[in-house]
Amino acid sequence: MKELDVSKFKFGTSKLKKGFAKMQKGGVVMDVTNSEQAAIAEDSGAVSVMALERVPADIRAQGGVARMADPRIIQEIMDTVSIPVMAKVRIGHFVEAKALESMGVDMIDESEVLTPADPFYHIDKHKFTIPFVCGCRNLGEAVRRIWEDAAMIRTKGEAGTGNIVEAIRHQRMLTNMIRTLESMDEKPLKDLAEEYSQSYINSIKILTNQEINDNTIIFEEYNYGDVKKEIFEILNEIKKIRRLPVVNFAAGGIATPADAAIMMQLGSDGVFVGSGIFKSKNPEKMARAIVEAIAHYNSAEVIVEVSKNLGDAMIGIEIENIPKEQRLQERGW
Amino acid sequence: MVGKISIGVIGIQGAITEHINSIEKTLEETNTSGKVFVVNKKEEIDNIDALLIPGGESTVISRILFRSGLYSAIFKRLERKNLPIMGTCAGCVLLASKISNDSKDIKLLNAIEMEVTRNAFGRQEESFEKKINIEGLINPYNAIFIRAPVIEKVWGSCKILAKIENKMVMVRQENILALSFHPELTNDLRIHKYFLDMIQIYKSKDL
Repeated sequence: MKELDVSKFKFGTSKLKKGFAKMQKGGVVMDVTNSEQAAIAEDSGAVSVMALERVPADIRAQGGVARMADPRIIQEIMDTVSIPVMAKVRIGHFVEAKALESMGVDMIDESEVLTPADPFYHIDKHKFTIPFVCGCRNLGEAVRRIWEDAAMIRTKGEAGTGNIVEAIRHQRMLTNMIRTLESMDEKPLKDLAEEYSQSYINSIKILTNQEINDNTIIFEEYNYGDVKKEIFEILNEIKKIRRLPVVNFAAGGIATPADAAIMMQLGSDGVFVGSGIFKSKNPEKMARAIVEAIAHYNSAEVIVEVSKNLGDAMIGIEIENIPKEQRLQERGW
Repeated sequence: MVGKISIGVIGIQGAITEHINSIEKTLEETNTSGKVFVVNKKEEIDNIDALLIPGGESTVISRILFRSGLYSAIFKRLERKNLPIMGTCAGCVLLASKISNDSKDIKLLNAIEMEVTRNAFGRQEESFEKKINIEGLINPYNAIFIRAPVIEKVWGSCKILAKIENKMVMVRQENILALSFHPELTNDLRIHKYFLDMIQIYKSKDL
């Protein structure tokens, strides 16, 4: 924008961050690990691509510490496609996030798919001008991430399994809890806000071993009184509008067009497909089919049509066969 | 007085519900009899008085528009010149007759004699809010630009309604309106009112 006088422009506002997320609605965000895959994803109708070094299924198989991708790979992908590019950082790793922000990545996924960096806190996303998406298993996690200024929430599901069961579990947990808010008056809602603030309290108790009151700073520059109050306000808004106040995507285990469509019918605004595309027999065909299925998610006829002759979806893993400590969804709080 | 107005919003991808909410509020505030609904099937294009193409990713919207047959249904009504349309952001791109940068995936509707550039200001970090002056509105309008396109050139009977320095961000050609920003993300309904006026004037002439 060199030729423009930008002194009257406002950048990085909350409206711009949440607005970006809204433009993703009804779309499929696809995991890609190189520029060839990114080009295939764009041609197939991806709304954005998630630039990674390894897809979740490979991270799961190879083990070890999973970190932010090599910036060179991310840059190559950014140079290849005209659609937005997202990338992942470890939970709490604000330096990885600042690195991605300075590269001009369009959205950051603070993701449990990578190995968490901070045992106490997620990133304070107010301190960034680019939008974040964060995972959740339930309303409490969603509300804390929204309070930290996430512009988009997604289910955690269980990434890299090709098994939809956990994404459905998390979406249902969210929807049903939102429904119960409707019957709550101010007092129970305030109690819930207090309950949802507990994880910050737990962290500060370990770190300082002090008694907590409303004036105690519990996270960055925020005191307990303000956190409680603002979480209460978020809950009140959710109660009023009967949904999260930010865009809500499904992620973690989506492997077929029907998987994508069921998440939309359960109330998701869009989907992330990680290993499901490039671990399938025919990635391009699978990608197109999932895009089509999302655009017509209420049409059984379209689901039938696009599901024909797709070849094998990714193989998939039974959740019970993954030891609890190896489940990615257990990361974050 | 014109009859009940029916407005379709292309329901493929992007800020669909936001536009529906804005139109509903506008109908209510202006006491206009009308309804607004999502349009997903080509048959529905024949029965609407006006169409709104929302923002989202133009590559995605274009692809599904084409594959679902919506594209040719809209095209037919454009040929008969009897469908007022408002396109915002990605919708603005689709209304153009030419794209100056890479556009292999996008099929244009050729509805306005203009050339657009996608993501003209840059990536999300260069998305911005700015008060702009719009012809026909008395006070400045706080416009939200998200990875926005700009209109590089216009010709024929296309009229410029708003610019940021030398970059055009809102134009109108007859009953088609294109803007590169997002009126559905604000509570300011003046743009939706402008569109509604346009539809009503067009509809009353039609009768």
